[in-house]
Amino acid sequence: MDLKSKSSHKQYNVAFVGNPNAGKTTLFNSITGSRQKVGNYAGVTVEKVYADVILGQLDVRISDVPGLYSLEPVSADESVAVSVIQSEVDLIVCIIDASNLERNLYLFSQISQLKVPMVVAVTMVDRLAGKGNELDIVALSEELGCPVVAVVGHKEEGIANLRQEIETGLLSLVVPSCEIHSVGIENLRMRLARIGYDVSPEGLSLELQKSEPGFVKYFSEFPELKEDYLKAQESLTGLTVADRFAWAKRVQDRCLSVSGQRKGLSITDKVDRILTHRFFGLIVFTAVMYTVFLSIYSLSQPFMSLIETLFAWMGSKAGLLLSRNELIQSFVVDGIIAGVGGVVVFLPQILILFFFAFLEGTGYLSRAAFLMDRLLGWCGLNGRAFIPLLSSFACAIPGIMAARVMPDAKSRLATILVAPLMSCSARLPVYMLLIGAFIEPKFGAFWAGTALFGMHLLGLMVAIPVVFILNRGILKGKRLPFVLELPPYQLPKWKDVLIALTTRAKVFLTTAGTTILVMSILIWAAGYFPRLPESQKANMEPKLVQQAQLEHSALGRFGKIIEPVFMPLGFDWRISTAIICAFPARETVVPSMGILFSLGSGAKVNELREQLQKAKLPNEKPLFTPWTAVGMMVFFALCAQCFSTLATVRRETGSRKWAYFMFVYMTALAYIGAFVVQLLGKALGN
Amino acid sequence: MITSFGDLKKGMCGTIVTAPSDSDHSKRLQEMGFVPGTEIRIVKVAPLGDPMEVDLRGYRLCVRKQEMSGFEVEVLS
Repeated sequence: MDLKSKSSHKQYNVAFVGNPNAGKTTLFNSITGSRQKVGNYAGVTVEKVYADVILGQLDVRISDVPGLYSLEPVSADESVAVSVIQSEVDLIVCIIDASNLERNLYLFSQISQLKVPMVVAVTMVDRLAGKGNELDIVALSEELGCPVVAVVGHKEEGIANLRQEIETGLLSLVVPSCEIHSVGIENLRMRLARIGYDVSPEGLSLELQKSEPGFVKYFSEFPELKEDYLKAQESLTGLTVADRFAWAKRVQDRCLSVSGQRKGLSITDKVDRILTHRFFGLIVFTAVMYTVFLSIYSLSQPFMSLIETLFAWMGSKAGLLLSRNELIQSFVVDGIIAGVGGVVVFLPQILILFFFAFLEGTGYLSRAAFLMDRLLGWCGLNGRAFIPLLSSFACAIPGIMAARVMPDAKSRLATILVAPLMSCSARLPVYMLLIGAFIEPKFGAFWAGTALFGMHLLGLMVAIPVVFILNRGILKGKRLPFVLELPPYQLPKWKDVLIALTTRAKVFLTTAGTTILVMSILIWAAGYFPRLPESQKANMEPKLVQQAQLEHSALGRFGKIIEPVFMPLGFDWRISTAIICAFPARETVVPSMGILFSLGSGAKVNELREQLQKAKLPNEKPLFTPWTAVGMMVFFALCAQCFSTLATVRRETGSRKWAYFMFVYMTALAYIGAFVVQLLGKALGN
Repeated sequence: MITSFGDLKKGMCGTIVTAPSDSDHSKRLQEMGFVPGTEIRIVKVAPLGDPMEVDLRGYRLCVRKQEMSGFEVEVLS
């Protein structure tokens, strides 16, 4: 490419705007394929999905703006979408759902006033045909004053046509010429016409701005004229919601021919009879949720252990290869390979969760939210929070990602912030270790089971007041009324699911992955340096060398320094260090405890349990009482010990602030929780 | 008979007669189509008593009773 053509090269910006559920994403996927990139709009929780394509001769960046019901922004998400539409675009593709014409035209009526070139893409035309209705595309194009293309996104019908119209639109830059009149002014105009006073709508608007319009002289003769005049004056300030809907209704009546009312219930109504039934609906819901949870929880296990084995194998191979230099060996094996492995291991759970995103496309998730809204509504969340919270019991990372189904920024943030309080599968090894060592032998299997159940319940119980407080004081933004569309059921669109799956996996690995890798290398370095002098290592058993090295390292010293902080909880420096080691990933606590209690990182759980039972404080009292064990479990249940989660929060909220906030509040809760347990233990005489 | 929207029962039809005057809350609901003159039908109430499913302008929307309480409906018998 020579310099001249490079300088004249322009990238056009095109935005896909439309109501939620209008088929916008399917259409976006059809046009852009899998070339999508994901970013964040600065400072807000709104995600920017875009793709660069070539249309004819033009280089075009197409953005998929989040679904909107209105251009008058109430929530933060909407403000972003609106400012994008207003400032950055050369052309807007407005997606209109043919089966829901009136409400979709409402949004169009607002967009058309921005005076930006537009193309309208009408979706779900096939659904109209199913009802026996027909849409007159030519008439619609006349009414809207811009090109209209009928498309069936998943069947690629009309896609070539749409690409052509976008290209033409970008070259001609014609803005839509669509006239929407206020009902008040129109009524007045019609009444004036009846008494023989003819005036155009524009002429009347101008006349209304005068202090004394020309028709005032008729007021005495036709008193009702004055009433219409006053009403018309009110609407001079701008179109009301009712004005726009009146226009939308008129356009619909002209363009949509309703041939025959179908008798009986639609398929959606029939399916809904079961799926939102007061008894069967709840049973189906439970079954679906159980399947989702179980899949994330256990279907992922073989894949996760495969990944773990693979990385362990890579670690041992690399260890052998690099055995000449201990520092490089440890850096590669314990720093890089363990760090990357710690990220990749979450991939199966994320993929399984996003596989279940197909439920959203079918319309079932809206029904699930409809069923559950009452249950979640009273603490300030809404029915849609169910999936994110449930997924978090398996792993908070897919749970936090699932919070994107929340309709507004405030409830989404509240859901994200409490999701990691749900007891995830990585906490299980700690519970198993401690319950097996201190609850089961003393109190039997029943109390062991109760303790395990209690630990899972704890997070949920704590989450309720946390959401309540977040909503009252901390999260800003107006509370919007809860509106949830119940669209007709659809078959899942596997192509959309596949694109979402690969995009999400890519985003997780690149954005969250890099943060996690850096953090795990830092923690590795803290545990590795400074080195124990060789002279001290000489006569030690290898297991004890590991312990002595950790004690000697920055991490171990730090554990000892902050021992007084953890003392009130009944934790000594070893537990404190184990807790510090577990901040990057809580599942590492068992191997770290192995090292700290002189068994080495590969310690068997049973040996470790015995060792813990024997462990003593400096004053010869046992380190662990059942209360200390419960305290430590409570600490792990409430603490934000997972870099991957924090990195995901940072990515999903688009700011570090909420990741820090989560870390601080959860760690504080964990400390308080464990302290309360310790106090209870003291009060009840240990 | 004019009733508050929140008091409507399953299967009832009617026309919206008044919408609460300007607040963001009411505006958002109006933008979903609940403007005076709109015909509505209560399709279903969720098993736990709230929210309810409404048929309006050819589509289905789920709203909470309490959040709709300011809207008044002329009920068709």
